[in-house]
Amino acid sequence: MPAPSVLREDAARAVVGDKRTRVGIDIVQVSRIEESLREFGERFAQRLFTEHELADAGTAPSQRSERLAARFAAKEATLKAFDLCESGIDWREMEVRRLADGRCALHLHGKAASLAATSNEDIALSLSHDGGYAVAIVAAPPSSRIPLSFAV
Amino acid sequence: MNEEFTIDHMIRTVLKDHGRLSQDALAIQPEADLYQAGMTSHASVNVMLALEGAFDVEFPDHMLKRSVFASVVAIREAITQLPGVRVQ
Repeated sequence: MPAPSVLREDAARAVVGDKRTRVGIDIVQVSRIEESLREFGERFAQRLFTEHELADAGTAPSQRSERLAARFAAKEATLKAFDLCESGIDWREMEVRRLADGRCALHLHGKAASLAATSNEDIALSLSHDGGYAVAIVAAPPSSRIPLSFAV
Repeated sequence: MNEEFTIDHMIRTVLKDHGRLSQDALAIQPEADLYQAGMTSHASVNVMLALEGAFDVEFPDHMLKRSVFASVVAIREAITQLPGVRVQ
Protein backbone atom coordinates (compact mmCIF):
# COMPACT_ATOMS: atom_id res chain seq x y z
CA MET A 1 0.00 0.00 0.00
CA PRO A 2 1.54 3.38 -0.94
CA ALA A 3 2.40 5.77 1.89
CA PRO A 4 -0.05 8.64 2.33
CA SER A 5 1.09 11.59 0.25
CA VAL A 6 1.51 13.81 3.31
CA LEU A 7 4.06 11.38 4.76
CA ARG A 8 5.94 11.19 1.47
CA GLU A 9 6.08 15.02 1.37
CA ASP A 10 7.37 15.21 4.95
CA ALA A 11 10.04 12.64 4.18
CA ALA A 12 11.06 14.52 1.05
CA ARG A 13 11.43 17.76 3.00
CA ALA A 14 13.62 15.95 5.50
CA VAL A 15 16.00 15.03 2.71
CA VAL A 16 16.04 18.10 0.46
CA GLY A 17 14.74 20.78 2.85
CA ASP A 18 11.45 22.62 2.76
CA LYS A 19 11.20 24.63 -0.47
CA ARG A 20 8.50 26.94 0.80
CA THR A 21 9.17 30.55 1.77
CA ARG A 22 9.02 30.89 5.54
CA VAL A 23 6.47 33.44 6.78
CA GLY A 24 5.30 34.58 10.20
CA ILE A 25 2.76 37.23 11.19
CA ASP A 26 1.61 38.66 14.51
CA ILE A 27 -0.71 41.37 15.74
CA VAL A 28 -0.57 43.07 19.14
CA GLN A 29 -2.95 45.46 20.85
CA VAL A 30 -0.85 48.49 21.80
CA SER A 31 -2.79 49.04 25.04
CA ARG A 32 -1.77 45.55 26.19
CA ILE A 33 1.90 46.52 25.88
CA GLU A 34 1.20 49.72 27.82
CA GLU A 35 -0.44 47.61 30.55
CA SER A 36 2.61 45.32 30.70
CA LEU A 37 4.92 48.31 30.99
CA ARG A 38 2.78 49.72 33.82
CA GLU A 39 2.49 46.36 35.57
CA PHE A 40 6.04 45.06 35.23
CA GLY A 41 7.97 48.23 34.41
CA GLU A 42 11.54 47.93 33.25
CA ARG A 43 11.57 44.20 33.95
CA PHE A 44 9.19 43.76 30.99
CA ALA A 45 11.20 46.12 28.80
CA GLN A 46 14.61 44.72 29.69
CA ARG A 47 13.51 41.10 29.31
CA LEU A 48 12.04 41.54 25.84
CA PHE A 49 13.89 44.35 24.13
CA THR A 50 17.53 45.13 23.36
CA GLU A 51 19.20 48.41 24.25
CA HIS A 52 19.02 49.38 20.58
CA GLU A 53 15.27 48.72 20.43
CA LEU A 54 14.57 50.63 23.64
CA ALA A 55 16.69 53.55 22.47
CA ASP A 56 14.97 53.60 19.10
CA ALA A 57 11.51 53.49 20.66
CA GLY A 58 12.54 56.26 23.05
CA THR A 59 13.40 58.71 20.27
CA ALA A 60 9.67 59.36 19.83
CA PRO A 61 8.17 59.29 23.35
CA SER A 62 4.64 59.78 22.04
CA GLN A 63 5.02 56.61 19.95
CA ARG A 64 7.04 54.50 22.39
CA SER A 65 4.22 52.05 23.08
CA GLU A 66 3.37 51.65 19.39
CA ARG A 67 7.00 51.03 18.51
CA LEU A 68 7.51 48.50 21.28
CA ALA A 69 4.26 46.77 20.33
CA ALA A 70 5.46 46.52 16.72
CA ARG A 71 8.77 45.09 17.89
CA PHE A 72 7.02 42.57 20.12
CA ALA A 73 4.90 41.53 17.13
CA ALA A 74 8.10 41.16 15.08
CA LYS A 75 9.57 38.79 17.66
CA GLU A 76 6.43 36.67 17.71
CA ALA A 77 6.31 36.67 13.90
CA THR A 78 9.95 35.51 13.92
CA LEU A 79 9.17 32.60 16.23
CA LYS A 80 6.42 31.54 13.83
CA ALA A 81 8.39 32.03 10.62
CA PHE A 82 11.34 29.98 11.84
CA ASP A 83 9.34 27.50 13.92
CA LEU A 84 11.18 28.48 17.11
CA CYS A 85 8.28 28.37 19.60
CA GLU A 86 9.72 25.26 21.26
CA SER A 87 13.39 26.22 20.98
CA GLY A 88 13.81 28.28 24.15
CA ILE A 89 14.87 31.57 22.57
CA ASP A 90 15.73 34.79 24.43
CA TRP A 91 13.50 37.51 22.92
CA ARG A 92 16.52 39.81 22.71
CA GLU A 93 18.14 37.45 20.20
CA MET A 94 15.46 38.67 17.76
CA GLU A 95 16.22 42.35 17.30
CA VAL A 96 14.55 45.01 15.19
CA ARG A 97 17.04 47.58 13.98
CA ARG A 98 16.20 50.85 12.30
CA LEU A 99 18.44 51.44 9.30
CA ALA A 100 19.91 54.77 8.21
CA ASP A 101 17.20 55.16 5.55
CA GLY A 102 14.42 54.70 8.15
CA ARG A 103 13.50 51.14 7.25
CA CYS A 104 13.49 48.46 9.92
CA ALA A 105 15.36 45.17 9.58
CA LEU A 106 15.45 42.01 11.64
CA HIS A 107 18.77 40.88 13.09
CA LEU A 108 18.98 37.46 14.69
CA HIS A 109 21.69 36.65 17.20
CA GLY A 110 22.94 33.60 19.07
CA LYS A 111 20.72 30.54 19.18
CA ALA A 112 17.97 32.20 17.14
CA ALA A 113 20.41 32.94 14.32
CA SER A 114 21.86 29.45 14.48
CA LEU A 115 18.48 27.71 14.29
CA ALA A 116 17.07 30.04 11.62
CA ALA A 117 20.10 29.20 9.46
CA THR A 118 19.49 32.25 7.31
CA SER A 119 21.57 35.35 6.70
CA ASN A 120 20.04 38.44 8.31
CA GLU A 121 20.27 40.16 4.92
CA ASP A 122 17.85 37.57 3.50
CA ILE A 123 15.14 38.17 6.11
CA ALA A 124 12.32 40.54 5.16
CA LEU A 125 10.46 42.45 7.86
CA SER A 126 7.45 44.73 7.62
CA LEU A 127 5.97 46.62 10.58
CA SER A 128 2.87 48.78 10.88
CA HIS A 129 0.72 50.29 13.60
CA ASP A 130 -2.64 52.04 13.45
CA GLY A 131 -5.94 52.11 15.29
CA GLY A 132 -4.45 50.78 18.50
CA TYR A 133 -2.87 47.71 16.91
CA ALA A 134 0.63 46.88 15.73
CA VAL A 135 1.42 44.15 13.20
CA ALA A 136 4.58 42.55 11.88
CA ILE A 137 5.36 40.14 9.06
CA VAL A 138 8.62 38.22 8.74
CA ALA A 139 9.58 36.31 5.59
CA ALA A 140 12.68 34.33 4.74
CA PRO A 141 13.93 31.99 2.00
CA PRO A 142 13.23 28.28 2.30
CA SER A 143 15.18 26.35 4.87
CA SER A 144 17.88 23.89 3.87
CA ARG A 145 18.23 22.68 7.44
CA ILE A 146 17.41 19.01 7.93
CA PRO A 147 15.11 18.51 10.95
CA LEU A 148 16.98 16.94 13.87
CA SER A 149 14.46 14.10 14.00
CA PHE A 150 15.61 13.01 10.53
CA ALA A 151 19.32 13.75 10.85
CA VAL A 152 21.68 10.77 10.92
CA MET B 1 -2.42 21.66 52.55
CA ASN B 2 0.34 20.01 50.47
CA GLU B 3 2.95 21.91 48.49
CA GLU B 4 1.60 20.82 45.10
CA PHE B 5 -1.82 22.26 45.97
CA THR B 6 -0.22 25.50 47.15
CA ILE B 7 1.89 25.82 43.99
CA ASP B 8 -1.13 25.18 41.77
CA HIS B 9 -3.14 27.80 43.66
CA MET B 10 -0.35 30.35 43.21
CA ILE B 11 -0.18 29.52 39.49
CA ARG B 12 -3.96 29.83 39.13
CA THR B 13 -3.94 33.19 40.90
CA VAL B 14 -1.30 34.46 38.44
CA LEU B 15 -3.36 33.09 35.53
CA LYS B 16 -6.47 34.79 36.89
CA ASP B 17 -4.69 38.14 37.05
CA HIS B 18 -2.63 37.95 33.85
CA GLY B 19 -3.67 35.02 31.63
CA ARG B 20 -6.75 36.64 30.07
CA LEU B 21 -8.45 33.26 29.97
CA SER B 22 -12.01 32.82 28.80
CA GLN B 23 -12.53 30.41 31.70
CA ASP B 24 -12.21 30.72 35.46
CA ALA B 25 -8.50 30.21 36.09
CA LEU B 26 -9.18 29.05 39.63
CA ALA B 27 -11.34 26.19 38.34
CA ILE B 28 -9.67 25.21 35.05
CA GLN B 29 -8.50 21.60 34.75
CA PRO B 30 -4.77 21.20 35.57
CA GLU B 31 -4.07 19.64 32.15
CA ALA B 32 -6.29 22.03 30.16
CA ASP B 33 -4.57 23.86 27.29
CA LEU B 34 -4.27 27.49 28.37
CA TYR B 35 -3.78 28.71 24.80
CA GLN B 36 -7.01 26.99 23.80
CA ALA B 37 -8.58 28.74 26.80
CA GLY B 38 -7.68 32.12 25.33
CA MET B 39 -4.17 32.92 26.55
CA THR B 40 -2.29 34.89 23.89
CA SER B 41 1.47 34.88 23.41
CA HIS B 42 1.62 38.33 24.96
CA ALA B 43 -0.45 37.20 27.94
CA SER B 44 1.92 34.27 28.39
CA VAL B 45 4.80 36.75 28.75
CA ASN B 46 2.88 38.58 31.48
CA VAL B 47 2.15 35.24 33.15
CA MET B 48 5.85 34.37 33.05
CA LEU B 49 6.88 37.69 34.62
CA ALA B 50 4.16 37.41 37.28
CA LEU B 51 5.22 33.84 38.09
CA GLU B 52 8.80 35.02 38.51
CA GLY B 53 7.59 37.60 41.02
CA ALA B 54 5.28 35.21 42.86
CA PHE B 55 7.85 32.42 43.22
CA ASP B 56 10.95 34.63 43.36
CA VAL B 57 12.60 32.80 40.46
CA GLU B 58 13.78 33.55 36.94
CA PHE B 59 12.95 31.35 33.97
CA PRO B 60 16.16 30.56 32.06
CA ASP B 61 16.20 30.92 28.28
CA HIS B 62 15.87 27.20 27.64
CA MET B 63 12.48 27.27 29.41
CA LEU B 64 11.09 30.06 27.25
CA LYS B 65 8.97 27.65 25.25
CA ARG B 66 5.30 27.72 24.40
CA SER B 67 4.80 24.26 25.97
CA VAL B 68 6.23 25.33 29.36
CA PHE B 69 3.26 27.69 29.83
CA ALA B 70 0.63 25.50 28.15
CA SER B 71 -1.14 24.20 31.28
CA VAL B 72 -1.15 24.47 35.06
CA VAL B 73 0.64 21.11 35.25
CA ALA B 74 3.31 22.16 32.73
CA ILE B 75 3.96 25.40 34.64
CA ARG B 76 4.15 23.53 37.95
CA GLU B 77 6.66 21.05 36.51
CA ALA B 78 8.81 23.91 35.22
CA ILE B 79 8.70 25.88 38.45
CA THR B 80 9.61 22.93 40.63
CA GLN B 81 12.77 22.48 38.51
CA LEU B 82 13.96 26.00 39.32
CA PRO B 83 16.39 26.55 42.19
CA GLY B 84 15.29 28.59 45.19
CA VAL B 85 11.55 28.46 44.57
CA ARG B 86 9.67 30.34 47.28
CA VAL B 87 6.22 28.86 48.04
CA GLN B 88 3.94 30.88 50.31
